[in-house]
Amino acid sequence: MDREALDRTLTRLAHEILERNKGASNIAIVGIRTRGEYLAKRIARKIEEIENVKLNIGSLDITLYRDDLLGKLEQPQFRGTDILFDVTGKDIILIDDVLYTGRTIRSALDELIDLGRPRSIQLAVLVDRGHRELPIKADYVGKNVSTSIAESIRVHLKEVDDEDEILLMDVEEGS
Amino acid sequence: MPLSNRHLLGLEGMPAEDIQLVLDTAASFREVLDRPIKKVPTLQGKTIVNLFLENSTRTRLSFELAERRLSADVLGFVSSGSSISKGESLKDTARNIEAMKIDMVVMRHHASGAAHYLSTVIESNVINAGDGGHEHPTQALLDLYTIREKFKRIKGLRVCIVGDVLHSRVARSNIHGLLTMGAVVSVCGPATMIPREVERLGVQVFNHIDDVIPRADVLNVLRVQLERDAGRFFPSLREYHNYYGITNKRLEKSPNPVTIMHPGPINRDVELSSDVADSEHSVILQQVLNGVAVRMAVLYLLGTRN
Repeated sequence: MDREALDRTLTRLAHEILERNKGASNIAIVGIRTRGEYLAKRIARKIEEIENVKLNIGSLDITLYRDDLLGKLEQPQFRGTDILFDVTGKDIILIDDVLYTGRTIRSALDELIDLGRPRSIQLAVLVDRGHRELPIKADYVGKNVSTSIAESIRVHLKEVDDEDEILLMDVEEGS
Repeated sequence: MPLSNRHLLGLEGMPAEDIQLVLDTAASFREVLDRPIKKVPTLQGKTIVNLFLENSTRTRLSFELAERRLSADVLGFVSSGSSISKGESLKDTARNIEAMKIDMVVMRHHASGAAHYLSTVIESNVINAGDGGHEHPTQALLDLYTIREKFKRIKGLRVCIVGDVLHSRVARSNIHGLLTMGAVVSVCGPATMIPREVERLGVQVFNHIDDVIPRADVLNVLRVQLERDAGRFFPSLREYHNYYGITNKRLEKSPNPVTIMHPGPINRDVELSSDVADSEHSVILQQVLNGVAVRMAVLYLLGTRN
């Protein structure tokens, strides 16, 4: 998927979110760090243009809620959650780049619920690659990609990677 | 990148990148303290023992709060009424506690070097919460954090540590941490309370407080440690206050506002006048709040370091 295709996909997701929520009056956008944060900002900008509104946007760092924190080889850097609005009563659109095992989303749901009581939480992802380990499903999907576990999906965004692209790669043995 | 050491024993020799990592992580944790539910599941399943063998209120509470906010299981231990008062050695006490399968020990001890010794006899991560007159690293880290929060930088800032530098572990840790982070550090106090050859660390010495106030961005005012027989080092509290007490009258002579810090507990109208302690330039209560975030950061960085 290249830059134009990515942009069209995000536009479609923005419209789907608006259609399902009958407008933008009660929604707030929350991206999961790192790349979900930038996708969230892009989708939010599109919704703001379509509806001519100003949205609440936040980002979530799920590090403290990970279930593999005490077993991981590499210590993740904790950059912090940045949600400056009250989530209680809002329809939260949670955004991430790739939906895979579902464990990241589980962590994000737990953290969001510790921040308040949203009216609903809906999940939007750019890529759903399957292989779920938890009963979690996205409400909005940019692209379904069937993968094998030996493959890896990389989303690159120009805010962090200088380029907009989605790559399907073979994982090298043992890594 | 994880911290380079699995214990936090002191700031002497701690690399700037490690200090930076603690301060950045603490900044991320600060937000957790403003949440409606101020608790995250990060250290679930870890057991931390707070081994406080010397009196402490704020450090012990601050550590305990930080541990509970990270969902660790917390055991408290004070020396009175314990096996220590029956003559058990530190090594035996620590090994016995460790035999109960714990993961970290936070220790305050009256002897310098006790934390380092402990780290050589047990497997758990050790955090020094103050060892005699040696170091109090988390206090210095929270002081650095508070300075950085206020000025957005540490490098180049002029910080003076005022009072009983000789007996102060807070001063020692601050001097090391501040110098590592590039601050311009000075000390000021009665000559009897300034360690000999402290200049060799790269610290300027002032004997008159009125000389240093116009040349400082921050005064970190130490407590006169009455319980440590401070009276042997100067004639009277009144005289100490007259010569070294920080008062508004003194501060008014500075062309720039000077930020006032104090590790607590304050002896009002001894080292600090009441109006200065409560003034808009005092960040003493921010230090207390930041202390919880800094300790959460240290516990997180050590507790999840594999």
